[in-house]
Amino acid sequence: MVDVIKEDQVLDCSGMLCPMPVVKTSKAIKELQSGQILKMIATDPGAPPDMEAWSRQTGNELLRSMQEDGKFVFFFRKK
Amino acid sequence: MSKADPNAPKRLALISSKGTLDWAYPPFILATAAGAMGWEVGIFFTFFGLTLLKPKLTAAVSPLGNPAMPMKMPFGPEGFQNINWPMPNILMANVPGFETVATSLMKQTFKNKGVASVEELREMAIELDVRLIGCQMTMDVFGFKREDFIPQAEIGGAATFLEYAADADVQLFI
Repeated sequence: MVDVIKEDQVLDCSGMLCPMPVVKTSKAIKELQSGQILKMIATDPGAPPDMEAWSRQTGNELLRSMQEDGKFVFFFRKK
Repeated sequence: MSKADPNAPKRLALISSKGTLDWAYPPFILATAAGAMGWEVGIFFTFFGLTLLKPKLTAAVSPLGNPAMPMKMPFGPEGFQNINWPMPNILMANVPGFETVATSLMKQTFKNKGVASVEELREMAIELDVRLIGCQMTMDVFGFKREDFIPQAEIGGAATFLEYAADADVQLFI
């Protein structure tokens, strides 16, 4: 049983292709306070490597990355 | 010579030199992705790329010079949509109206797949403070005036771009 991460905000990028998930995520995380958590959902198979790169480049930590109902789900903690 | 400030954000310097729809995407996709990662971005629009700074984008698909371009049909059953229609470019490029058809097919396919339009990507680039530099020399050659371009564009020459690119971590010619 993995512990549940409680998100402060949810962003659904289903149906969007590159570079939209990255662009929308960066926009959404700007609205959060430092330490708050953003949950992002995507269907683009390119999202996992791109979101990892985005996390490394921006310093917003990727807490968890998983697949749920055929979608990719990410949890980021704002720097 | 390294950057003056080691804590400065990463920088991407792009040259956009082509004005067709297929070539309009890469600079704006890279620019918005880099902007979203907190990088500084500047795009130098030169030659046919300069038309991407006009208020109304008219970027089209040209079958001429895209010899390997497969065409996808944006309608019909999935099997039909997945067929790669080869474009005999020398022949098709001479068919009146073909460019319009090819352009609308590509735009519709992109839209169906969830790709943002070039207009949307340019809007996002502006929101992300991407520097859009129009080439003065190209303006002079093609007879463009400052008013022909979006107000967010700045105008500069090779030296303007090179100074910016000299401090960039990634430089690409598109």
